[in-house]
Amino acid sequence: MSHPIGTSADGPSGTAGPGVPAGDSGTATLTAPQPAGERGAGREVILELKDLNVSYGNIAAVKDLNLTVYEGEIVTLIGSNGAGKSTTLRTISGLLKPRSGDVVFKGRRINGIPGHDVVKLGICQSPEGRKIFQRMTVSENLDLGAFVRKDADGIARDRERVLELFPRLRERIDQKAGTMSGGEQQMLAVARALLGNPSLLLLDEPSMGLAPVLVDLIFETIETIRSQGTTVLLVEQNALAALEIADYAYVLESGHLNMQGPAAQMLADDSVAAAYLGG
Amino acid sequence: MTTTLQRPPATGRGPRRSGPGAVARFRWPAGYVVVIVLLFLLYQSILPTLVTPVANGIASWLPVATINECLMWAIMALGLNVVVGYAGLLDLGYVAFWALGGYTAGWLMAAPFNWTWNVHLATAVPGDYPGTHINFWFVIIIAGVLCAILGIIIGAPTLRLRGDYLALVTLGFGEVITQFFRNSNNIAGLNVAGGDGGISSIDGIGTGPFHVVDKSVPQALSIDSTSNTYKILVLGLLVGVCIFVSLRIREGRLGRAWLAIREDELAASMMGVPLVRAKLSAYAVGAFFGGIGGVANASGITGAVSPSGFDFGKSVLVLLMVVLGGMGNVWGVTIGAFLLAWLNGNGLKQIGVQLDSWFGWGAETWLPRYNFVILGLLLVLMMLFRREGLIPEKRTKALLRTPNRTEMESVGADITEAEAESEAAEANSGDDAAIASAARDVSPVLGQAPSARDDGADGPDGVVRADGAGTSDGTGADPAARRRDETGDVSR
Repeated sequence: MSHPIGTSADGPSGTAGPGVPAGDSGTATLTAPQPAGERGAGREVILELKDLNVSYGNIAAVKDLNLTVYEGEIVTLIGSNGAGKSTTLRTISGLLKPRSGDVVFKGRRINGIPGHDVVKLGICQSPEGRKIFQRMTVSENLDLGAFVRKDADGIARDRERVLELFPRLRERIDQKAGTMSGGEQQMLAVARALLGNPSLLLLDEPSMGLAPVLVDLIFETIETIRSQGTTVLLVEQNALAALEIADYAYVLESGHLNMQGPAAQMLADDSVAAAYLGG
Repeated sequence: MTTTLQRPPATGRGPRRSGPGAVARFRWPAGYVVVIVLLFLLYQSILPTLVTPVANGIASWLPVATINECLMWAIMALGLNVVVGYAGLLDLGYVAFWALGGYTAGWLMAAPFNWTWNVHLATAVPGDYPGTHINFWFVIIIAGVLCAILGIIIGAPTLRLRGDYLALVTLGFGEVITQFFRNSNNIAGLNVAGGDGGISSIDGIGTGPFHVVDKSVPQALSIDSTSNTYKILVLGLLVGVCIFVSLRIREGRLGRAWLAIREDELAASMMGVPLVRAKLSAYAVGAFFGGIGGVANASGITGAVSPSGFDFGKSVLVLLMVVLGGMGNVWGVTIGAFLLAWLNGNGLKQIGVQLDSWFGWGAETWLPRYNFVILGLLLVLMMLFRREGLIPEKRTKALLRTPNRTEMESVGADITEAEAESEAAEANSGDDAAIASAARDVSPVLGQAPSARDDGADGPDGVVRADGAGTSDGTGADPAARRRDETGDVSR
């Protein structure tokens, strides 16, 4: 089903036949030495995309995507412009409806649930281009991040937690968000998403347009967030930076999954480097 | 959900602060009450004691009827402010709710089209009068609810539209309502609302609860609707309630949802704001205020309703009040409404009279006729010199006054160093780096090379996908390594 036939990506040496077991889904997998099932050993699957197809009108943006995120992982979804990364995230967070296939979160099928209810389930997104509320203060932005929550104590705790993560935001707590620098705005976007107390945090291009030092800072913070117990699905064009912190990676190429594997192996693999880490 | 938190609970600052701001919070409300009471006292007790020229001056520049009109328009402006100022939904057909409110008053507070029954509910209208005569305060609630329902009915299909489209649909809707009432004398053979003639002889506000307890209240509070002075208090109270509701609702969850939608719909939705429901509530609340304004107008100001009074110009006028006053700022909008209602009702004419007495231009006749020219000019001037309105909302002001800082500037010294580093790197690595740095903004790593190679029939896609590391060893590795060396500093 998920076999990408007749596309430009179909290489000369062909792809795995339709008979491959589920999970391998016709894409090159770098996990050859690794026995199946080891990846999420002892962990719950938190998110699963099954044969996901998403299209804008007649244009298919995501084709037959299968993707699994285990609890406590940082999983990254990399690929070039227009590969369908953001579309995938938007589908997970309920802003787009899949044409076919399923989004399964904690064992529950959630496609078709509107975006504002998906937040309540524990999926929060820091969107592409940050999308912070420019004319509101940092503090008000954080308040809105906790919009769906009613536990005042928990909100206050999480607020303190994100201000520890991003001390810069504490300094600027009463400043209008739109007057901050791009890096600070990105911090705010991540902090705001965290205030929803997500069990799965979706980050869409957190490094976009940032200076290298800031990219490092943001990515270090993502690791801290994971170490505090939040699962992260990270969409990035900055593949190198993403692979360095991720546990597992999926590579999208014009809408379908091109390969997948543990991030460390992908980082070490020359062919991956040639295609995605070179330029 | 399962986030473990090692940090102790926040003991520092909470989201809300008290202090000097707490006193300032009551400055405007107190000022408003003082102004209304002073206006009432002015006409009730002070004016009769003044010498004739001063009394005449006050009566001609600020007649009591105009004050009441100002108050009525303030209700309208506050209602539209909820829709336009808070939720950011441009509504060009707000007059529809004003009209429906007015006609509700016509149906429930008059005897149109030879209605022969007489239904009376807590009014001062003599019991043998025919028609329906329901207490003003009940009618306000009924009209508000009717308008809110109407708002939801229009809103449900149209609020999915954005920006310009929503404005156009509301514009059309405002016209449809007017046309409906224009043809309302024969809806399937039934005279619903009197057609072109509308409904006249609507009961005044004075048929209110004060009448019931008129034993000890001051005379002005107990007598009938002909007392314009008394209406200052009633309409002033209504405006006060609208202001209070506007302020409270804004502080609450719903208000925050509206502001979020106004700022960025998509982001609001990602924060869990239910877009359609929040927008519908904005429409319903705005429409409720509009209904109150309609009743206040029909019962307190004109005493009659007809379709010609509910033209597009009225929608524009209310919108102007909101924009000139300061979108989103309750006090600004109130003052904007007072100012424009005064100019439109009496001010321009009086200015004309004054000009005539100095220069003899005959301005008294033409100045009021050019009201929209003048208001339009006012709007243009405002947009040029004070875009945020007379009394801007705090957040609007901050943004318009503070220059946007660029990426690097405000982050601090460490970033400046980083910038210098990356610039140096760009300078060092020659032509390729120039390309890479151009690509960096858009796609830090996957910039030029992969997309260029996509065009090739059997590009590295195939190579990579085929059998992993194998085939690409000979062909791909070397150039890739080289490319990484050259541009690594820049992209990372």
